[in-house]
Amino acid sequence: MTKVPIGIVRFPGTNCDQDVFDAVATVELACPVWLWHKETDLRGVKGVVLAGGFSYGDYLRAGAIARFSPIMKEVVRFASDGGPLLGICNGFQILTEAGLLPGALMRNDRLTFICRPQSVKVETADTLFTRQYESGQVVSLPVAHAEGNFAADPDVIDRLEDERRVVFRYVDYRGDNGPDSNPNGSINDIAGVINERGNVLGLMPHPDRAMDRVLGSADGRGLFQGLVEAAA
Amino acid sequence: MLVKARVEVHIQLKPGMLDPQGETLEHALTAIGYEGVCSMRVGKWITFEIEGDESDAVESQVEEMCDRLLANPIIERYEYHVMREER
Repeated sequence: MTKVPIGIVRFPGTNCDQDVFDAVATVELACPVWLWHKETDLRGVKGVVLAGGFSYGDYLRAGAIARFSPIMKEVVRFASDGGPLLGICNGFQILTEAGLLPGALMRNDRLTFICRPQSVKVETADTLFTRQYESGQVVSLPVAHAEGNFAADPDVIDRLEDERRVVFRYVDYRGDNGPDSNPNGSINDIAGVINERGNVLGLMPHPDRAMDRVLGSADGRGLFQGLVEAAA
Repeated sequence: MLVKARVEVHIQLKPGMLDPQGETLEHALTAIGYEGVCSMRVGKWITFEIEGDESDAVESQVEEMCDRLLANPIIERYEYHVMREER
């Protein structure tokens, strides 16, 4: 069978590109493809991932400069044609800056860079990306960011909630909303959201760092499997 | 007519948006003995020079720059000052 090419975009300062490449490569039938930010052609990939890191040094605001990279024009076109697009951490920040997802990621409320395993609830398995999970399932994914505090106008938040577009939420290990379950002050404990059409997903936690139980968790695998299935 | 101008852009989080940096600095000032400090907000101050054909064009260009890149209108508000230099 033909392999499904999945593009992984590299901006200057992206640093989870290799992790994402390896994560995609574990999925049967997937073939990860590097895409440099200066490219103006997605080379026929069927899915795109914007990986984590510090594109352009997080200058000005995280993701603000990367969104104007030449490749982003093609990424926007790809998404508007319905192609599956996943943004992880800095990739999520870039997607909000590009207007492909609503809201913005602000400085964590406690100002610190947080780096720890985090319990996350998969709110809905009814998306292209999360079909490998069950709705309400609690998974463990590492978070590593200083700007993950999701914010948007109240009417935007209401709409996201009403349309069940909050895909991931920070919880404690029991799946509850505890005093320390929200690591960054994100409104409604939002960890990841999807666009209206259902083909663009952004999340702050790192599924790419949860690919092997030996390293703490393999809970991220389902997301890459979902992505590749959506792209196939 | 060619216009040269110096531009200052001030960017701040919108009112109501939590500003943990501002809060932290406020606490720090209180801790070192400055009383009565409140409502502290931390923002950005950007300066640059620009050349344009028409004086109006400079303003609208700066505004566009703020909306597209310099500020994120979802969470921030901005104001700018354009100071023309005679040529």
